[in-house]
Parts: sequence; structure tokens; C-alpha cells
Amino acid sequence: MINVGDILETVNMISNDHLDIRTVTMGISLLDCASAGKDGFADAVYEKITAKAKDLVKVGEEIEKEYGIPIINKRVSVTPVAIAGAMLDEEGFLKTAKALDRAAETLGINFIGGYSALVQKGMSDADRRFIATIPEALALTERVCSSVNIGSTKSGINMDAVRTVGETVKRTAYLTRENGSIGCAKLVVFTNAPEDNPFMAGAFHGVSEGETVLNVGVSGPGVVKSAIEKLGSADLEAVAEEIKRTAFKITRVGQLVALEASRRLGVPFGIVDLSLAPTPAVGDSVAEILEAIGVGRCGGCGTTAALALLNDAVKKGGVMASSKVGGLSGAFIPVSEDAGMIRAAEDGTLCIEKLEAMTAVCSVGLDMIAVPGDTTAAVISALIADEAAIGVVNSKTTAVRVIPAYGKAVGDRVDFGGLLGSAPVMSIKQTDPSALINRGGLIPAPIQSLKN
Amino acid sequence: MNAVITVTGKDSKGIIAKVSTVCTEYGANIVDITQSVLRDYFVMFMIADISELKVKLSEFVDVMNALADENSLKIQTMHEDIFNAMHRI
Repeated sequence: MINVGDILETVNMISNDHLDIRTVTMGISLLDCASAGKDGFADAVYEKITAKAKDLVKVGEEIEKEYGIPIINKRVSVTPVAIAGAMLDEEGFLKTAKALDRAAETLGINFIGGYSALVQKGMSDADRRFIATIPEALALTERVCSSVNIGSTKSGINMDAVRTVGETVKRTAYLTRENGSIGCAKLVVFTNAPEDNPFMAGAFHGVSEGETVLNVGVSGPGVVKSAIEKLGSADLEAVAEEIKRTAFKITRVGQLVALEASRRLGVPFGIVDLSLAPTPAVGDSVAEILEAIGVGRCGGCGTTAALALLNDAVKKGGVMASSKVGGLSGAFIPVSEDAGMIRAAEDGTLCIEKLEAMTAVCSVGLDMIAVPGDTTAAVISALIADEAAIGVVNSKTTAVRVIPAYGKAVGDRVDFGGLLGSAPVMSIKQTDPSALINRGGLIPAPIQSLKN
Repeated sequence: MNAVITVTGKDSKGIIAKVSTVCTEYGANIVDITQSVLRDYFVMFMIADISELKVKLSEFVDVMNALADENSLKIQTMHEDIFNAMHRI
């Protein structure tokens, strides 16, 4: 029988500590839409998505109510459009972006991911045509999310793509300048991109995935923080154990929701992503967990060590709670989406260089960071290359979601609203790396790629 | 199949009666109940068998929420599986 203590703990986690399911994301393959040809592709995409995911929101809301656990987002990810729509010209890609946006609107979801390309080793002509459309696609649509994978441990870093993508980010910032360059908040540059990630903006449905799949992302920084606070001055082993126990409980809820949603929708269960995803709400912050562990202010010395402990313990606790884990699985450190990070960035404790170090020990990367609008494309490309190097060498996923906020300077703030939060414009070194970026070519795969 | 109903709020007459009346009306059979009043604050945990519920659980949750609003209470009605998932291996 369930005891009162257990009931209270669960109810408290949900009511007071912001425990929620961050996202239930349905992956849908678009590979067969290619048969509709150049002119019919966009319509086929719209038809398929709206048919396959028609009950997603309804089922999500039912589960939310029955189990009393908020499911914040219901979303859809699709096969990278650059692959499924390789026959399209630029106009065709943009038409597809609009079809994705329309499909998301019809379904009642806030984001749809998969306006993506995988170019870690080389770019096909279709990839080039596709990447050229990203800025306009993000400016023309509201709900479409885009990502480009530019490196992997197996293939190295495609520096031609890195150069192109730096320009893409700049152009996106310019085209969405009226709205704080918000387009860049929906564009992720990946290394070692996972094919089953349920979290936006980087979600896409991998080419090796089935027809449809259901992936679930859990959350719960607030729950972890309050568990740590109850420990008082216990040693770090006790802290790690407590995080594991909490992560286990959080993930079990994710697993329950994933299996139930999968059963009701008739869509195979994919993975549970064991991530701690913050929101701008007070008390739902990863930075505040690090501060609860004992780092005076997030970004100060000790931050990387505390984050390494947190990230590892979350995975260890979560992995036993779910039959299949995947996606990004780790603590997220998106600056604009985390009240503690914003505070630390504004008072100067947290800088981009420290964030870069932090990404070496956690998921995912330089996320939701606003930099001055006059930052050059070459600097952005070089920042992407640095982050990619961390991912490639450490065989982990890294991502860059950076916003060169048009017309803004250090000290300004950009508001995106909702879960995307608001970002203080951070200082970034402006020394000119264009000689490096213009060399182009490939940074070869590291020796650790040769595992056979 | 059970639901866990947690009721909290300022104590007043007839809270248990009101909640159990709604349960009976909708076919939820109360199998366990524990309650306490701390100062003026009322807390009750109720486990109800919902296998013969006359409506969908999500609709029953709406009914309970409406009852909570009418009486200035907080009522959480949750499928027991969430507690089993979290606290049992």
C-alpha cells in the first residue's frame, strides 16, 4: 500500500518544486514523402504529420490530468528535411518550412523540429541549398526549429560547414531583428547530434529511426535543489547519492508517462531523456542546484566540479529507472532559460569561457547565449568550432545556440518570452579568427575515433 | 485500479462528506482514508478504487477540481501508478 509520506513527497515535488514532464515528442519519418516529388513534397509532409500526430495533444492532456503531472510541451520531430527533401530547390525547402509550421499550428503544438541537415563530413548540393534557406525559413515561420550537425567523433569537424553556419546564424539574427533575433534561438549547431533527442530546438527524427517513435524528456531541477538543501552540510558522496535517488524518482515518472502515451497513441516508445532542463521560473534552475551544492555563485571556481558531480549522478540515478535512455541525457545550462544563470551572467560571475568549460562535463553546450549584434560571422564560426572540438574529442554531444542580437551591446537584455526566457548580452572576445575559418576543409577525426 | 485523492485546505464542516458524496456519485469506492487537522489546516488522503468509475478519470479529475474551487480547498486526484512508479522498484 502507498504510504502517506510517499504521497506527500510526490505531491510536494509537483506543487512546490516544479516537477514536470518537459516534453513528449513524437518522431515522424518523412522519408516516404519524397515519393510525392518536388511539387508535392510540402503537402505530403503536412498531410503525414497531421495524420500521425493528430491525437498527440489530446492524449498528452489526458495523461497530464489522470496522473496529476504537468506535461509542459507536446512536440513533433521529423526526418532532417535536407535528407527527405534532397530533390527540392530553395523555394521547395521554404515551402516545406511553411508546411511544417502550418502542421504544428493545426496540431496545437508550439515547436516542430527537423528543419535540419547532417553535414559532419561533407555537404551535398542539396545540403548547401538547404542551409542557405535556414535564415529565411526561421524568419517566415513561428514554430519551426532548425539544426545542423557539423562534426562527429567518427568524422571530425567539417570546417566548411562551420564557416557556412556562422554566416547562417548572423543572417538569421538579421532577418529576425525585429524580435530580438529570435530566429537564432531556434537554430542549434550540433556535434555528435543524437537522433532521438526529444528537446527543442535540436530535436529531429534520425534516419535510422522507425516510422514513428515517442521520446520523453523529464525535468526537475527544483526537486534536485530542494533535496540537496535538506541535506545540510553532508559530504559530497551523500550529495551524489541524494541526486541519484531524486533522479531515479523523476525518471520513473518519465518512464510511466512514456509507456502510457506510447500505448494510447499506438506509437512505439523510444527513449526517456534524463535531462535536468531548467525554466526561467524561480526555483527551477540548474545554476541554483550548483549554488545549493556550495558554489557561491554559478560561474565561480568550483562550478565545473559541482556540475560534473551533478551530471554524473543524474545519469546514474536515471539509467536504472528507465528501460531505454537516450537523447541528450544530462544537465542543461541554457543561460536565458535559467534564472540563476541570468543572475550570474548579469553580475559578471558567469562568462562564456566558463560556460565552455562547463560544457565539457555536462549536456549540452553553449546554449541560449546572447552576444553583441556586431559579432562577426567568423567569430561565431570559431566559437562553434571550439565547442565542436570539445564534443569531438570527448565523444559527447555539444551544441551551440548563440544569438548575436541585432543592434544590442554588452549589458543589454533580449527578451524572447515563454520558456526561451530572456538573455543578458554577454561579452565575447572579438579577435579576428577569419584566417582559421577561411582555411576551410576538415579537422580530422581524433585518434579515439579508431576503436575497431 | 486506484486513485489517490489528496485534500488540503482550511478546516470546515463536512469536507469528508462532500468529497465522499462525489466519489459515490461517480462510482469511486473509497478503500482507505486518513485525515488530520493541524491547527485550522485540514489534510486528507483518500484511496479510491476507480475500476468502476462512471466517467473517464480525466473527467473525474475535473469534477474534483470544481468541488475544490467551490469549497476553497485544494484537491489533487492522481492515478496511483505515479506513486508506485516513483516509490516502488
